[in-house]
This record gives sequence, structure tokens and C-alpha cells, in this order.
Amino acid sequence: MSDLILTSNIEGADDFYAELLTTHEGLETADSNALNARLVLILANHIGDRSVLSQALRAAKLTTEED
Amino acid sequence: MNKIFETPLYPYARHPDADATTPVRHQAIVVGAGPVGLAAAIDLAQQGIEVVVLDDNDKVSFGSRAICFAKRPLEILDRLGCGQPMVDKGVIWNMGKVFFDDRKVYDFNLLPEEGHQRPAFINLQQYYFEEFLIRRVHELQAEGAPIEIRGRNKVSAVGTHPDHVTLEIDTPEGSYNIEADWVIACDGAGSPMRAMLGKDFVGRVFEDNFLIADVVMDADFPTERWFWFDPPFNRGQSALLHKQPDGVWRIDLQLGWDIDKEREKRPENVIPRLKAMLGEDVEFELEWVSIYTFQCRRMEQFRHDRVIFAGDAAHQVSPFGARGANSGLQDTDNLIWKLKLVMDGKAPESLLDSYNDERIHGAEENILNSTRSTDFITPKSEMSRMLRDAVLDLSEHYEFARPLVNSGRLSLPCTYDGSPLNSADALNGPERTRPGSPCPDAPLKDGFLLPKLGDKFTLLTIDAEAPDLIEEDGIEVTRLALSVKDDPTLALKERYLGDATSAVYLIRPDQHVAARRASFDETLFRAAIRRATGKE
Repeated sequence: MSDLILTSNIEGADDFYAELLTTHEGLETADSNALNARLVLILANHIGDRSVLSQALRAAKLTTEED
Repeated sequence: MNKIFETPLYPYARHPDADATTPVRHQAIVVGAGPVGLAAAIDLAQQGIEVVVLDDNDKVSFGSRAICFAKRPLEILDRLGCGQPMVDKGVIWNMGKVFFDDRKVYDFNLLPEEGHQRPAFINLQQYYFEEFLIRRVHELQAEGAPIEIRGRNKVSAVGTHPDHVTLEIDTPEGSYNIEADWVIACDGAGSPMRAMLGKDFVGRVFEDNFLIADVVMDADFPTERWFWFDPPFNRGQSALLHKQPDGVWRIDLQLGWDIDKEREKRPENVIPRLKAMLGEDVEFELEWVSIYTFQCRRMEQFRHDRVIFAGDAAHQVSPFGARGANSGLQDTDNLIWKLKLVMDGKAPESLLDSYNDERIHGAEENILNSTRSTDFITPKSEMSRMLRDAVLDLSEHYEFARPLVNSGRLSLPCTYDGSPLNSADALNGPERTRPGSPCPDAPLKDGFLLPKLGDKFTLLTIDAEAPDLIEEDGIEVTRLALSVKDDPTLALKERYLGDATSAVYLIRPDQHVAARRASFDETLFRAAIRRATGKE
């Protein structure tokens, strides 16, 4: 079972973040939310590993580790 | 209290130039006695060029203004003979904390790389910075160097000609005219020189205001940079606390766009804001308060015939990341050696176009970085804010999100990739010392590397043979022969050799790499010298 990576793993993190903002530029909030939803599904499919995805879902909740 | 910034350091005195029947011609005139203008003038004087600095004022800058000076500018100041007093007086810091809402989300240590003479950053009020530069000017004058500062000499008109520039100058006793072979305009973001020449200054305006307060307090806050996103004491905005020498603290409070600046600056409005931030019990005294807005923009061209723009006059960035004064010093570092060669007839005038190319490259990098910081600190849309807040929330729990938090990417010198002065990389060496790169320092048995490079062309050999001196069409290049054994920490090897076993570097007077290969080849290095001086 792979572990979810929670240490820095994106080379050129600032470039990535700028591109993310640019992708949202000019969109209404509803359209931006829809884009994020699509992005989550695309990234999830890329990851594929069910256990990693479950860990990611838990991590995003920012709850403590005991669950 | 009579502060240094209230004392005239170069008071007006009538100059014989004002009584000359025909305008007196000078080799170089620098307009503006701020950090960039003074650095330019010192560099010129050290090269033996006669220089007059004109300033509309007679004192150092009022209030702390630029406070954060990075390693590369400190190294440049070493070359200008005044790095040490800056470092002695400045506050060295590496630690910081980031707060979001009512809690600390993480703290950090910049963990500067070992084996450098100078720290990653010092905090120092701009008025001290300028005072040390002016002291250096006086030192040079005592040694007989041809450098002078004329206080309360305001340029009121400029005329450009193919081989000189004419200036009309207003003084308390009326106006006079002088001429210069070359003029360097370092008269700040509002540059009157730029306006008089009718040059553009385009870019992005940020609709925001920041309150800066310098407070003197005997507080036990540590020597750290503290940054708040959306804190309870400044809802929806940001705040910064940073230490300066003499128990002075810099506080920046974001105020937003729609405010009454005059009202916000009044002590009765500033003090409650500061008390909310620092706590009711903290005793402090306000030294200086200012409100600033900012823009990210640059001139399309930095060189206009014989008037060359440097520092904020040429490019303006947001203050996040300390890229203003720091990049201005890199401008003059890049410019002065080129100007010296052109003035001496040892390089074609077109060499100065490489100043334009290289420093526009630097300005673009600084504008990009400081714009990104600004967008993170002040999100432009609801989604932008949502993503920003998500990064901050995640940063409290997971290390991966911390590099995404952007309250300023601190100033690093840029590499002049693609510069016409570079020769093709011919060493299987480290990325960081590829042609165009600023030379990283390294510890040697008898001191550090950078002071040995000085301000002339150098042929650095590491475990390689080469002649001790090469002269190519008037350009003298002196060898600095080193071995990896000279640095027991192996930083020299790691920074300049990598997997290679020997190297020869051609290093420019501004300590940027022009060419490198594994061994000396006379024909190729002579070509590299010509290329680095704009001759091919």
C-alpha cells in the first residue's frame, strides 16, 4: 500500500500555483467550483490507487489522525 | 530627538560650475542620491571615472523605507568598500512565523547555505544604508577620488545629444547648466528624468494601501519575520512585523483600497491599530508612519542614448520580497564596468545594450515574483481567496503546502540565461554556475572566494593550467588559481566543478560567469573575452 505524499513534491510550486489561478481567471464562482470538481476527479483518476485516494480524502478534512 | 535622517549630510553649497560662462562638461552625472545612485557613483569613482551626484535633497531618506538587504547586494557592497559596516549594524535573521486568522500555522528557518561570507539577509533602515554609502563617498574623496555630491541641485531640464547630455539644474540660488558624457538616472519610482524625457512606464497598478509604521519598543519579540493573513486585529487584510536595528520594528498593515489616507496616518488612528496587534500593555513610540500603494511596471528600454536608467526609476515592484533596492544595486553592478570599458574605448557602445537586455530580464523576474506574492496576499477573486485560504489551512497540517504560502519570495540574483555576452557552456558542471550565473561564494583557507574576484575580469582556474595574465584587445584578464584542496568543506568543488575534475571560468567584473570549460584553450577564451565585451 502506498502512502499519500504530504511533503513538498511539485517542482516549481510557484509556477504551478500561478497556472492554477490563471485557469480560474475570469470565471464566475459557480464555474470555478465546477472546474475544481472536474479537476479533483481528473487528478483522482490519475492517482488511481484506492488507498491513496482514501488517505487524501481524510487529509483534506484536516481532522486528526485517529479515524 | 535628532535622527540621522533629519540632519543635512551634503548641504547645498554654491559650486563654481554655476558661475562658468560655458557649461562645464563632466564624465558622468548620477541623478539621485538614494541607495542606487550612491552605489553607481561609488562604483564609477572606484573605476577612476569623474562623477557628480545631483540630489534634490540634502539628507538621507526620511523613515526606514527599504529595510531588507539580501546577500548578493551585500557582496556588491563589499566590492564597493562598504559591506562590513552594513552587516555590523544590520539585524541578521533566519526565522519566521506565519499566522492565519487567530493562530500560528507554522514557523520556518531559511536555513541559509553554509560557506558564504555574507548572510542571506540583513534588516537595516534605508537611512543607515545611505549614511554608510555617503561615508564611503567621503572616504573616497579623502583619497582624492573624483566624486562629489551636490545637495539641493534639482534637475529641471534634460537635453540629449549623440555624444553628451545637457542638464539644467535648479538650486536655492537659481539655476545653472552643466553637461555630461553620460548620465545615470537613479531618481526613483516617480523619476522626473523619465518624465522629462517623455518615456513610458507601463505595468499593473494594485488597488491597495499599506500603512507602514516604524515603532521603537523594548519588546521581547524575537528576531523573526512574522506575517499574518487575515488576523483578528486587521480583518480581511494582512500584517507584517520585522525587526530593525536600534529597537525599531517595522510594522506593515494592509488597509485596502477605499480609505482616507490622511486620516489613517494620524497617530490617534494608528496607535489603536498597533495596540490591537501588539497588545494593550506593550509600550512603544511611533518613529515614522507612511501609507504606500504600489505598482509593478518597468520602462520598455532602460537606455536612451546617453541617459541610462537604473533602480526604481527603470522598474518598480511591489515591496514583497525586498526586490526594489536589492535589484537596483544589481543594475549598477551590471552597468558600471560596461560603461567604464566604453568610456575607455575598450568596448563598443553596443556593450551597453547588454545592460538593457540583462537587467530587463532581471526586472521581469522580479516583477513576476512580486506580482505573485501580491496576488497571494490580496486575492483578486473569490476562488483565488478560497485557494489561498486552503493553502494556509493545509500548511498548518502538512509540510507540502508551506512552499505554496507566498508572503514574498525573497530576492535572489538572476542568471542572465541567453545573454549575448555568454559563451556556450562547455563544462559538465553544476547548473548554478552555468554561463550567466552570479558566482556563488565559497570558503577558502585564507578568506572567501568573492573578494578575490574583485571588480576586473578574472580567469578562475580550479586544478587547471592557464597563463597568469591574458590581454585581448585592451581587456586584461588576471588568473585566480585555486584547487579543490583550498576549500576543505568541498563547497568550491560542489559549486564550481560538480562531476568535473577541473574547470576554467571566465568571470566578468560584476562576478557573473561569462564562459567555462574543463581546461584552458587560448583561442576559445580569447573569443569568450571578446564576446563578454560586446565585440562578437
